[in-house]
Amino acid sequence: MKKTFKLDELDCANCGAKMEAAIKKLEGVNDCTVSFMTQKLTLDAEDDRFDEILRQAVKVCRKIEPDCEIVIK
Amino acid sequence: MKRKQKKVLIRIILSAAMLVPLKIFAPEEEWFAALLFAVPYLVIGYDVIFKAVRNIAHGQVFDENFLMFIATVGAFATGEYTEAAAVMLFYQIGELFQSVAVGRSRKSISELMDIRPDHANIEREGIIVEADPEEIAVGDTIIIKPGERIPLDGVVLEGESSVDTSALTGESLPKTVRPGDDVFSGCIDQTGLLRVRVTKPYGESTVARILDLVENAASKKAASENFITRFARVYTPAVCFAALALAVIPPIFAGGWMTWLHRALIFLVISCPCALVISVPLSFFGGIGGASRRGILVKGSSYLETLARTDTVVMDKTGTLTKGVFNVTAVHPERISEGELLELAAYAESYSSHPIAGSILDACNTEPDRRRITSNEEISGMGVHAVIDGREVFAGNDKLMDSIGVKWHPCHHVGTTVHIAVDGEYAGHLVISDELKETSAQAVRDLKAAGVSRTVMLTGDTKAVGEDTAGKLGIDEVYTELLPAGKVEKVEELIRTKPEDKALVFVGDGINDAPVLSRADVGIAMGAMGSDAAIEAADIVLMNDDPAKLAEAISLSRRTLRIVYENIAFALGVKGLVLVLGALGFASMWAAVFADVGVAVIAILNAMRTLRAGPAGS
Repeated sequence: MKKTFKLDELDCANCGAKMEAAIKKLEGVNDCTVSFMTQKLTLDAEDDRFDEILRQAVKVCRKIEPDCEIVIK
Repeated sequence: MKRKQKKVLIRIILSAAMLVPLKIFAPEEEWFAALLFAVPYLVIGYDVIFKAVRNIAHGQVFDENFLMFIATVGAFATGEYTEAAAVMLFYQIGELFQSVAVGRSRKSISELMDIRPDHANIEREGIIVEADPEEIAVGDTIIIKPGERIPLDGVVLEGESSVDTSALTGESLPKTVRPGDDVFSGCIDQTGLLRVRVTKPYGESTVARILDLVENAASKKAASENFITRFARVYTPAVCFAALALAVIPPIFAGGWMTWLHRALIFLVISCPCALVISVPLSFFGGIGGASRRGILVKGSSYLETLARTDTVVMDKTGTLTKGVFNVTAVHPERISEGELLELAAYAESYSSHPIAGSILDACNTEPDRRRITSNEEISGMGVHAVIDGREVFAGNDKLMDSIGVKWHPCHHVGTTVHIAVDGEYAGHLVISDELKETSAQAVRDLKAAGVSRTVMLTGDTKAVGEDTAGKLGIDEVYTELLPAGKVEKVEELIRTKPEDKALVFVGDGINDAPVLSRADVGIAMGAMGSDAAIEAADIVLMNDDPAKLAEAISLSRRTLRIVYENIAFALGVKGLVLVLGALGFASMWAAVFADVGVAVIAILNAMRTLRAGPAGS
């Protein structure tokens, strides 16, 4: 499953790159891109564990850039 | 400016206002001076310090804030109070510039793509109401007033207007639409009121598909983007360790701990790779935005990068270089007038459903009076036989003429020839062929001027027609009588023979050539407005069917890539230079701040040049 989320207050391009690298390392993640320009996160992960993986991704992001928030609709 | 940015601006002014008098009237006592300078330092840098502490708690050692914090605290420790506070001040000024510049560019790019319709007018119980385009169903009738953006794809029921398609195609000439014509969402109705029956829901309409495509383009990253992110991951730790080495190793041998510590701190200031990490994706994003403004939709930065390496362009003939519409291109009568011959042919073909019959009827331009036709039969694979005003008329190919025993002669014009015989005597022939697009020849010349060394045309058409077309356009190689599978094989063969570092581009109209589009390094579909299959299959989509856009797309991609490389070279060059000068003691911490944020701002401004070309012609 592939989903796109908006990132709020992503102020630093390098942090975006760090988040992308860290999320890619999570188990069950097929692919992930963080676009600093569009302020969007695209997460492609295993279907049945998607929500759990997303929660982990949120945690990883908070660790790298606490000001930045993944908007989950 | 956002509120957050305004707050930073106020802090910058406050801290600068304190620093200037402090610099002039600095007290003699060391401790007192340190205390006084700490005030503007904290005013400008408290958030950096806060973030540094918080992020270090999260284990983020190579965090930008943390490194800035160490560098400035270090400067304090070595007695450089002014420098510590000023460096923090300039760092914040740079960051503010950076955030404003990125915000501006983001805004101008999204403004380019502002083709989203905000409402649709729909008639409900006799009153016209405004509704969300997403709520309109297929089959509903919507009303579009002059000056409004067409919200959904549909067919015109009533009204006539000229429609501005420039937001989608980059084409500045408006298009006239009448009842029965298709209209596409995203275009602007300029002159008349239109009643349109909706044919697609909003999510599948042209405007939604384009927006979706451009927004997702950012997720297909180019090799140079990935290179930069990988580089950034190594760069920061490397510079930090170099700083550590610089602080410890030389003084063991040469002494002067304070001097070397100060030089090491300079390293820490330069260690953030932000200029690179921002400017490369921004350049691509700008390039994609600028291209979409001209009706060239690029599905990802990686395709823009490949397109810049184009060396071979393979084109489909029908629909790409030619109009794909068959027209009567020559009328050669014998013993009768051109008009008479055309009229006879039109009458003879008036009951036929063959595409050739349609083009003859179009050429004749008058509705045949069917009372004059007393008999009509189609002779399969050969032509037609009709009795018109009592005369026996045969119209068809060579075989038909042979079968009725009429002597005919071939035509020097290339195309499909229709012979006409009246009462057993040859009356002449018409030639029907596909017309070249007006811009095709210029497009091929432009491609060559843009540095494409090999142009190839593929066609399913006959050898004579194919070679004639290629000759007229100045195309280097032509392969004819190919079936769709044959086209794929040919492209694979061409890919094998091209230089390794160059790219092969295939251009088609998206009909029947999806496999070839996906096989090529870059597949370009043209005339894609309204064709879902083409948008799906291609890497780059040309919204209108003008082949001249090809060279434009290639030079646009080269321009974008040049800016990307300029930024990489500039940022790495300045940082490298300041690192070397810093290690040798020739660069101050001021130079280091410039190498960090100053370079980032310049690189952002440079990246914005990818956009500036603007819409074609303006």
